[in-house]
Amino acid sequence: MAINGSKVNPKRFHKNQIPFYLYLIPFAVFMGLPILFIINHAFKPMDELFAFPPRFFVTNPSLINFQNLFQNAADSSVPLSRYAFNSLIVTLAVVVFAVFFSSLAGFALSKFKFKLKGPFFAINNLALMFVPIAVTIPRYLTISAVGILNTMWAHILPLVAIPVVLFLIKQFIDQVPDSLLESAQIEGATSFQIYRKIVLPLVKPAIATGAILAFQQVWVNIETSSLFTSSENVRTLSFYMNTLTTVNTVQGQGMAAAAALFMFIPNLVLFIIMQSSVINTMAHSGLK
Amino acid sequence: MISEKKTPYLFLAPYLLLFLVFIVVPIVMAIGLSFTNYNAVQTPEFVGLRNYINLLTQDTIYLQYVLPNTLVFALIVGPCGYMLAFFLAWSLSQITKVPRTILTLIIYSPSMTMGVAMTVVWRVIFLGNQSGLANYVLTQLGIITEPIVWMFNTTYLLPIVIIVALWASMGVGFLAMLAGIMNISPELYEAGAIDGVHNRLQEVFYITIPSMKPQMLFGAVMSVVGAFQAGNIGVMLTGSNPTPSYAAQLMVNHIEDYGFLRYEMGYAAAVSVSLLAIIYAFSYIAKRLFTEKD
Repeated sequence: MAINGSKVNPKRFHKNQIPFYLYLIPFAVFMGLPILFIINHAFKPMDELFAFPPRFFVTNPSLINFQNLFQNAADSSVPLSRYAFNSLIVTLAVVVFAVFFSSLAGFALSKFKFKLKGPFFAINNLALMFVPIAVTIPRYLTISAVGILNTMWAHILPLVAIPVVLFLIKQFIDQVPDSLLESAQIEGATSFQIYRKIVLPLVKPAIATGAILAFQQVWVNIETSSLFTSSENVRTLSFYMNTLTTVNTVQGQGMAAAAALFMFIPNLVLFIIMQSSVINTMAHSGLK
Repeated sequence: MISEKKTPYLFLAPYLLLFLVFIVVPIVMAIGLSFTNYNAVQTPEFVGLRNYINLLTQDTIYLQYVLPNTLVFALIVGPCGYMLAFFLAWSLSQITKVPRTILTLIIYSPSMTMGVAMTVVWRVIFLGNQSGLANYVLTQLGIITEPIVWMFNTTYLLPIVIIVALWASMGVGFLAMLAGIMNISPELYEAGAIDGVHNRLQEVFYITIPSMKPQMLFGAVMSVVGAFQAGNIGVMLTGSNPTPSYAAQLMVNHIEDYGFLRYEMGYAAAVSVSLLAIIYAFSYIAKRLFTEKD
């Protein structure tokens, strides 16, 4: 139907798509270098890790770095499973609440009329423009005043409100036609039902993108562990993995390379799941 | 539009509570600190507008290097990164699902791996001796005879940082625009074809972009924010803050320099507030370009 047989989201391959591949693939090769590097680096034996000039690809892959990593974890005072468990709880809580709260707030800001709507949205966007490093000390003071220092809450509560995620979800809700909500209202749906049954399904791509973003902020976060906690029992996996990089021994560097790959894989998995669900759940029909 | 009195506040409440406590309060405190002299140990001492006056009159490094560098960097990386992100997102929307998912993942990946991996990749390319990739290629082509010490060359450092930043700029704005393009109803394109849209360029400007204004605006604001808040690339590539001869010193580096190396937190806060003002001004322009007048 569309021009020259090309269209958005085609179902099958057509020769008209070839020009896109001609530049997308070279771009992707260039941009995929860090992934390749992380994977290769983790399997490098000692002599290759420190080769000069640095080598990109591994020639004699070995599992020595992973063995050292697990050996080191087995010897540490706090079991690796404790860090992993903490990370899992913290990450899950932040991602779920960030997306849930932001979508509720985004719905209110996009589809309701109320007095403080304009000012609130403006403040949210100002907040995302403020450089995070400048608030490090004030944030510590606030968290200490709330009384959650050295608890699991210190990892979760400060990270749930992400202004970018609210902005993103609100922008997508703006596209949901008002007429859809009004007809639901006439049929007697409550506001929460409208949110749950109409708005959420239509903005799934924004929810998935928001979840990826929230995950990235919490999963590799070492700041909450290093600044807001002092006992190892409430620290997270990323913090533990990061301590390996600071061990400046030859073994430490190898373990750090293995740890980098270990920490990176969940990113990949989540991205693929979310991105393919975004594409699978296209809900054109309702949107203008 | 639904107009009910209490409901919107109920929907807002959970986010609002956490937002106020953990984001707004610390920012207000930081803004307060910008009017003080604070070394992170002793009690802050109120100095009025002195930090701001010093910033605009005394700080030669800021005026001579940091501010011009930041403007050049942001005015190139912001718009170019934004257009590139839209172009790549649109291109990805034109191919089938499985290759699209894979290519999207790869193109987005620099945003996931910021840090060690990125630094090493680019260091191999811009190594200062003959074994660096860039030097090797340029020598082979006969363009240069002596290897260039890229990281200590004040002419090349900022352009290199700009290239790396562009390479890493396919972030959340890119994902949002891709999702926005994918969300446009195919019927609109069919209607457009009947109404006389002849080529892809017309399709993009008359159908795609107008149908995804909210995502275009989001992408634009994120490009502005990302371009002005960037800073760690130069420091990671050269391994030092300040960067050699301040050649790639950006606002964020200046803030870190004062806040965490010299412990002049009050002054660092004042620089942060001035950065906020700059970002706000530029995203206001972006908003003007993308908001429908109604």
